Amino acid sequence: MRIASRALLAAACVLLGLVAGASAFTPDEPLADAALEARVRALHAELRCLVCQGQSIADSNAGLAQDMRAIVRERIAAGASDEEVTGFLVERYGDYVLLDPPVKPETYALWFGPAAVFVAGAGLVFALLRRARTAAGAAGEARPEPLSAEERRRLDALLDDDA
Amino acid sequence: MADESTRAPAEEPAAAKPVSALRRLRYLVPVFLFVALAAALGVQLLTGEPGKVPSALIDKPVPEFALPPVQGFEDAGGFASADLGQGEVALVNVFASWCGPCRVEHPLLMALAEAGTVPLYGINYKDTPADAERWLGRLGNPYRLMGADLDGRAAIEWGVYGVPETFVVDGAGRIRHRHIGVLSRHDIDETIVPLIEDLRE
Repeated sequence: MRIASRALLAAACVLLGLVAGASAFTPDEPLADAALEARVRALHAELRCLVCQGQSIADSNAGLAQDMRAIVRERIAAGASDEEVTGFLVERYGDYVLLDPPVKPETYALWFGPAAVFVAGAGLVFALLRRARTAAGAAGEARPEPLSAEERRRLDALLDDDA
Repeated sequence: MADESTRAPAEEPAAAKPVSALRRLRYLVPVFLFVALAAALGVQLLTGEPGKVPSALIDKPVPEFALPPVQGFEDAGGFASADLGQGEVALVNVFASWCGPCRVEHPLLMALAEAGTVPLYGINYKDTPADAERWLGRLGNPYRLMGADLDGRAAIEWGVYGVPETFVVDGAGRIRHRHIGVLSRHDIDETIVPLIEDLRE
């Protein structure tokens, strides 16, 4: 009797193990194909966990992140391209789901704004420096005559007044 | 500055003054730019809702989904895409028994259903069937139809990332509004109901 129940338990364990193994896409069970799995991992790192917002779905254990990881793995396993997978999620969650915002007219300011500001600033600094240099050059050529004795005396008097 | 030292001395300082005052104002330009930038960022910081992701599905047709009934409420289920867009404006609410805010908005949904303001449809998100049955049994069922989204995939089709969320769907089956988080009496009176009335016209 005891042996029978033990055998039953063992059988149940084996069965459970099989069932667990068979439930194909638990979020973190890697795909057998290493190349596909590498793509899955790369996509996981690019997608935002919408619940935690600052993290990728690879870094988050939120329920939604797990579901999204599973979806990515499922679709890659089914032969979808990377763009098809991200496209599926972008359709539902918007560009926000991508950690790297895509380059398109609405995001030009975001992508190119800093470089444009830098170039404009560099141009301004360059122009100012050049102007200062030509002004200094002009001042050098038109150097005022040395002070006369009278001017020197007035200057000294003024400086003495100040002291 | 260099060019000022070369200017004619002493005689006309009064005439030079307004020019130099204007020129001096130039140095305030960066300050004005800074204030403008700070104001723009400040407005976003104080009035923006960083926790709320704008829906990508606004004005799009409802996604494809088909859900089985919630356990114990077989007569009010399941719920699928085809149930929407039959010429009637509808409210689709994503809820779960484990979700605290859902309990807060539930009486408001019950009142909407009892007043017959708008038909409500429910997506029961990742719930344990027995818990959902008990919760709805105790608090009442405001939904015309309900579907059990046990694995959360239908919610992902809707772009949902948390419960509760509520969508206004027009008679043609397009998503016209998305409310993230708990609905308040104010949201319903000021946003949801006026929008429903607009859509009916």
